[in-house]
Parts: sequence; structure tokens; C-alpha cells
Amino acid sequence: MQATFTVNGTERQIDVPEDMPLLWVLRDELKLTGTKYGCGIAQCGACTVHLDGLAVRACQVAARELDGAEITTIEGLGTPAAPHPVQAAWIEHEVAQCGYCQSGQIMQAASFLDLNPAPTDEEIDAAMSGNLCRCGTYSRIRAAVHTAATKMGS
Amino acid sequence: MERLRRYSRRAFLVSSAAVAGGVAFGVYAVNSPPDNPLLADRGEGEAVFNPWVRIDGSGITLITPHIDLGQGAIHAQAVLIAEEMDLEIGQFATSFGQPSKAYWNTAMGAEGVPFMATDQSFAAESARAVLGGLTKLIGLQGTGGSTTMPDSFDKLRKAGATARETLKLAAAERTGIPREELKTQAGAVLLPDGSRIAYTDLAADAAMLDPVQDVPLRDPSAWRLIGKPMKRIDIVAKSTGTLAYGIDLEKPGMVHATVRTNPRQGGGLQGFDDSEARAVPGVRDVLEITGGIAVLADNTWAAFKGAGAVKYDWGPAPYPAEQANHWQALEASFTDDLLDSTWRDDGDVEAAMEGAEVVTAEYRSPYVAHAPLEPLNAIVLVEDDLVEIWAGHQLPRQLQILVGAITGHDPEQVIFHNQFTGGSFGHRLEFEFIKQTAEIANQVRGTPVKMTYTREEDFAHDFPRHIAIGRGRGFVADGKVQAMDLSVAAPSVLASQMQRAGIPVPGPDIQIAAGAWNNPYHLPNYRMRSYRAAELAPVSSWRSVGSVGAGFAFDSFLDELIHAAGADPMEERIRLMEHDVSRKVLEAVAEMSDWGSPLPPGKGRGVAFVESFAAPVAEVVEVSATERGIRIDKVWVACDVGTIVDPVNFENLVQGGVVFGLGHAINAQITYADGMAEQTNYHAHEGMRLYQCPEIFVRGLENGEQVRGIGEPPVPPAAPALANAIFAATGQRIREMPFDKHIDFI
Ligand code: FES
Ligand code: FES
Repeated sequence: MQATFTVNGTERQIDVPEDMPLLWVLRDELKLTGTKYGCGIAQCGACTVHLDGLAVRACQVAARELDGAEITTIEGLGTPAAPHPVQAAWIEHEVAQCGYCQSGQIMQAASFLDLNPAPTDEEIDAAMSGNLCRCGTYSRIRAAVHTAATKMGS
Repeated sequence: MERLRRYSRRAFLVSSAAVAGGVAFGVYAVNSPPDNPLLADRGEGEAVFNPWVRIDGSGITLITPHIDLGQGAIHAQAVLIAEEMDLEIGQFATSFGQPSKAYWNTAMGAEGVPFMATDQSFAAESARAVLGGLTKLIGLQGTGGSTTMPDSFDKLRKAGATARETLKLAAAERTGIPREELKTQAGAVLLPDGSRIAYTDLAADAAMLDPVQDVPLRDPSAWRLIGKPMKRIDIVAKSTGTLAYGIDLEKPGMVHATVRTNPRQGGGLQGFDDSEARAVPGVRDVLEITGGIAVLADNTWAAFKGAGAVKYDWGPAPYPAEQANHWQALEASFTDDLLDSTWRDDGDVEAAMEGAEVVTAEYRSPYVAHAPLEPLNAIVLVEDDLVEIWAGHQLPRQLQILVGAITGHDPEQVIFHNQFTGGSFGHRLEFEFIKQTAEIANQVRGTPVKMTYTREEDFAHDFPRHIAIGRGRGFVADGKVQAMDLSVAAPSVLASQMQRAGIPVPGPDIQIAAGAWNNPYHLPNYRMRSYRAAELAPVSSWRSVGSVGAGFAFDSFLDELIHAAGADPMEERIRLMEHDVSRKVLEAVAEMSDWGSPLPPGKGRGVAFVESFAAPVAEVVEVSATERGIRIDKVWVACDVGTIVDPVNFENLVQGGVVFGLGHAINAQITYADGMAEQTNYHAHEGMRLYQCPEIFVRGLENGEQVRGIGEPPVPPAAPALANAIFAATGQRIREMPFDKHIDFI
């Protein structure tokens, strides 16, 4: 099937099987590999992207749902030269160990802070617990979310 | 000129060996530096000073042969070189380099000797030297066992110092100013008049010089980088999605693939029907490989779908099919026949316990998966005269041998490009995923094959941590622990793993006893014995290896004895500790956690101490018993690694190790049914999630004489500290991981 949608502000056309998950559309078809494969069953959050502004698991969005959608991936959130405030906070706290989960963590946090600019610890726990970090960087993720909230609020 | 220099050096090696004869050759080979791999492809005007530093007119590359698994190894290795070389972060690139004997791990051998890390006796040091020598002779280049810092700390600083002095020599020859009057700073030689010559300008001159050797290392007081907070060099890339891991690579003309092999690990494929798989859009081919099939496709998704559409007829498992039989095998292993070794026999436990009221307990540690977040993957290209591999791996030279054996190439023809990885925890010590990719690539020579495991395949072939049972008998009197007799039974993880690596490991398996025999307490009577069960499911080193299971048994049982004696868990541990550096670790954690201060009802604190990889670590866990279950509130950690290279990364690794240790203790296990792991994805083997993560306070001490790694040592004390805290809060003693079999957690 064919679909036309926007990725990081650029219109893209694809011709793929209708059940191909957005995750593989991004990674294999559009060569945007910042979005990661971890579990394929909505358990790890490594594949988190924004669909029409909201965090979703790209492994759970099928190609047939994409026509007209607006997708933002980690590559579109910010760049090394101009990081998004969430990324800047992640850099400041040196959150990453292996880093493999962090695209998803950052996309989740960015969407969450859009909706809730001054979250409590409990709200952070609730919003971020779907994102697994096998290296165990949770202490720093919590701190970085608070820092990002401050940065975005000012 | 260059060729002549290389030739004469080789000639020298040969003649020395010939003169010295067979036995002396061994000594000679151990004492001589292995060939520098950077010389082989050295370019015109490019200086290589040693196997770790390469400079040409355009830039400086530091070779960091220890792979980065998330532990910050690249940064730490580079910092050690940069410290002595007077380079600033940002002035150099890094590369894993090519596998080479020159990168043999100087610290890996020391971990295998049957001497406590605190034992500096002649016998202990000699044994370390012999094993270290063997490691060098086979050129074991490896990342593991928390050895990156012990291996690199002196070696890489020396490499930096050699390069610095050789560059100064080049500048001295160019300017006529004596080397002693030159200084170096920020990637340049500084002349007395204040002018600078960049290292890159000096590379061509330096290339013609013999490197200056035996340069003394700087005093720690002069360090600019080591021990100071700094931005890890990979942190921006890892925060912006711009770092390419192995799974992100693409090679021209490559085909995607996935494999499905018998989930009864090591069992065969008796038959299969791939007709539906071949009809999946995007599937190009289905091939047979050892123990299963590979699906080749236009993209990863089509390969996954194809593999799911094949009908398989799997053979039986070459080990007991049901989990209960695995436990029974261990229960039956506490026999004289299967005694692997007696590691400690202080005092006389039998005499001490004769006729006394004896405390007994049994502890269990399950199979657990590594499950790094990046599913295993590799790209392999096989051509007639060479093989290229792009993948993350911890034992690159063994990999070259094993892949070459599949494709019919010499190990030197196997070019290995190591990659950043999304974790490992020991999984990337295994070879199967790359061997499988090589089998596929060998059938489609000339086409690069990118193989990606599904998460389910990754779980099915995880080679989990081994299971263990610990049995304790003990005796207390006069408010003190008097005797402890601890036995641990487990299959040999080293035998299972090294058999696949093709490295023989004779003698008892130190990992069955690790975490239990080596804690530097002085108990009046202490015996520690290990029993080696028959091989069961194939198992592999899991972050801190045996020290999790045996350490859990040791420290939990010590805690039980201390409570039976009516003593304070912290005070009695401190009283029994006979190693100064370790005692200070306990005292630090007592102070940090305000041990002994009153807690409200329903809260409890537990302490545990386990030494692993020669690093002593003490942890205090504080929990609340709520109506819905146990909440872990706070953890305090004190540990001693001699010297902390990067304090920010150090704290991160310790916190991560605590999360890893606690998370798996709470809820993770692999169990076998019908010969297959029952846990197929993270929903069934979760580890810790953010909402469960306690506040974790870390203090690194630097009293130890030698530098130690910190990737693994924070893991083992976490489980016993938590179990001891739960006992303090509830009176319930949990002796089996995962704890959620016995108590709920929130
Ligand atoms: S890959 Fe989508 S949630 Fe894990
Ligand atoms: S940093 Fe490795 S999984 Fe999160």
C-alpha cells in the first residue's frame, strides 16, 4: 500500500505492506535509525516517537494508519548542534550508559513535558515507567526530567 | 626504510627465539611486546608510537580496544592516554582498532587465580603472573570481568607518555632545542619562546624516530583529567539519536536476515516447511543453518514475518526439559564425588559445631537472562579471500578463529569492525549470533548479510546466568558468629561458556564459589566448598557472574547468623572484617545511611557486603512494608576501586549496577518447560522499572592500592541487602530469587 505522511517536517511517501510497523518504516525504509527496536510488543519504549504530537510506540503503529500523519523522531527533535531542552538536560546529567534506550526515553519525556510542564516525582514515575532501561539509568532520568522542565519553563 | 625496519625487527624476533630454544621461547614470548598492529597499515608520514596512538597530518586517533558496552570504556581508555599525552577532550578521534595480540588483557588472568584479591603473598602474586602470562601467550583480547580499568590504567598512560616524549623528540630535532626544555599542552609541543608545534605537524618527523621508551608516569597530583568530572565523549551522540550501533549499520547491496534456531538450545532441526514463509512479501530466500533456518528478506520486518511463518519440527533438548529437574540435579550435587574445591577451611567448623545447636538455611539463585536492550545482530560479508564482520563483541580474536573455521579463512583474513552496543551484560561474550550470520553469508558470498534477532530469539538463546543453590550451617555463641559452613552447588559456567569459545579452562570453576569464599572476613571457623553439578542448560557470564548467587547465599546466611547471635548486622560485620580497605567501605556505608538511627514501624534497613572482581562493595537498602507490598525507598553504596577515573560515569555505573541487582532479584528468572525458556520477552522478565527505582547514594573510596573496575561489583550485594532489609521490616526471610515468588513489591 502507499501512504503519504510527514516525518520531521518533510513529506515522505512509502509503498510497503500495510501491516509493516512504523518502526521498520522509519528504520529500514526511511533510514532513520535513531528510533530503536527493543521488544516489538510495546514493553520497552525504545521505539517511542511522536505521532501528531503525542508519544507512541512505533512498533505498534501500522503503515496503514500513517496516511496524513505527522511523525517526529529523535532526529527531528533536536540535533547535536541545537539540542531540544530535554536532550540538553540529558547531556547535562550524562544520563546515557549504553544509550540504546535513550532515544525512546527522550521522546517520551518531551511529549510528557509538553502536556505537563511542571511534573511531580509521582507523575514522572507514571509517565516514564513504560520505558525500560536495562543499564539502570533511572536516577539520572528522573533528575534530567526535572531539569528539562525547568529549562522549558524559563 | 620503513619496510627494512619492520623486516629487521621480525628477524630479531626469530633469531632470539632460535637462540633461546623451546622453553625459553615461552619466557621470551611472554616478556616481549607483541607486534604492533598499527604498523601493518601505516600510511605515508603517519606516526604510530605503540598500539594505541596513531597520528597523521590530519588528526590523532586513540585506539581503545576494550569495547564499549555502555560502561564508558572508550572514554575512560582515551582519557588515560590523553592525560599523559596532554590532549584535550575533543582533540582526538577514537577507534576500536583491529583485533590483535598486542591488546591482550593484562588483568583477565588475575581474576582466575585461587587466591583472595586481598592476598598479596608471593604465592598469590606468582599465580597471577603465570595466568597473566598464559593470557598473553594466547593473546586473549577481551572485555569482561570488570578488567578494562585494571588492564588499561598503567598501560595506556604509558602509551600516552611514550607518544608525548617521542613527539617532543621530533620537535627537539627540528628546532635544535633539547627535549628537556620542551613542554606539551593541548595537542602541541610548546617551545620555550611560547610558540607551538601541533602534534599533527610533527607526525611525519616522529614517524622516522624510534619511540622514546620507559618514560616515568606523572604523579597523580599533576592529573588534569583523571578523577575530574568531565563530559563523556559519547554523551551527545547518545542523547541525540546520532550514534550508530551495530543494528543501525547498512552496507551497500546488503540483504536483511533473521534466524530461528531450536529454542531447545543445542537441539537440532528435524524438518521444516517454509512454503508460507516464501509467500511473505519481501522474503527472498530461506536457508538452513546449524540447528535452524535463516530467512533472507528486503527488510527486517519481512524477515521476522517470514521466520514466524515457517513450520518447524524441533528436536529434543540436550538437557533436562523441565525446570524442576534442573533444581533436582543441583540438590543431588552436594556429594564428595562432585566436590569441586574447598576454598576456605579456617579453624575447624566440624569441631566448633559438634553437639551445638546449628542454624541451617538454603538459598536459591535462578537462571536469569542478559537481555541487553539492543537485540543481538551482526553484518557479515564473506568473499573468497576475506571475511568482514561488523558487530559488537567482547572476545574479538576468538571470534576471528571461530568465523574463519566456518568460512574456511585464516583468522588474519577475518576483518572485524567492533561496534558500539546497546548493552551486553555478558551476552556479547557469546558467538552464536555472529557464527550464524557467517553461515548465512557463506552461502551468499559477495553479499553482505545483516542479521537481526527478534527479541524472542534473543531470549530463547540468551545463555542465561547459571542456577545455584547455597546451603549454610552455622553456630553462634556469646552474641557472636562462631562458625559458618557454606556449600554452593552449580553447573560450571566457565566450562559451558569457554567450550563455545574454544578456550580450555582446566581446574575447579572459581565462579561457583565467587562472592562467597573471597570476602575478607575473619570468622573463627569458616569453611566454603563448591560442588560442580553436571552441565544443564547452556549458561554464560552474567554481569558479576557467580558472585550474585554465591554472594546472595553468603551474605544472607551471615545476616541470619548475626541475627541469631543477637548482634547488630553492621557492627558484627565490621567486627569480623579483617581487611582495612573493606572495613572502611562498611564504615562509610554505615555513616552514609545513618545506620542505627530509629526507623518508624514497617520500615527496615539491611546491609550486605560482597567483594567481587577485587572491589569491595557494601550496600544498605531501606524498605517500607506497605499494604500493597514492599517499596524500596533508599540505597546507599560505598565501594573502593583504588582510583576513580571518571567520577560522573562512576556514579552512573554504580547506580545502574544497583538497579540491575535489585531489579532481577525482585522479578526476573528464566525457567525451562518442554526444554524451552518460558520467558519470551520483557513482559515476563522485566527487571526494574523507573517507578520502582529507589534513591541511590554513592560514595567511591580510593584506599585500595590497585585500580579496579566498577561495572560488575555493585550488583552482588544488592539482592542480599534487600532480603536483609525485608527481614528487618517484616520478619520474613526470603531465601530465593526472584523475591516476588514470596512477597509483593510496589
Ligand atoms: S520496540 Fe516498541 S516498545 Fe519495545
Ligand atoms: S542506557 Fe542502556 S538501556 Fe538505557
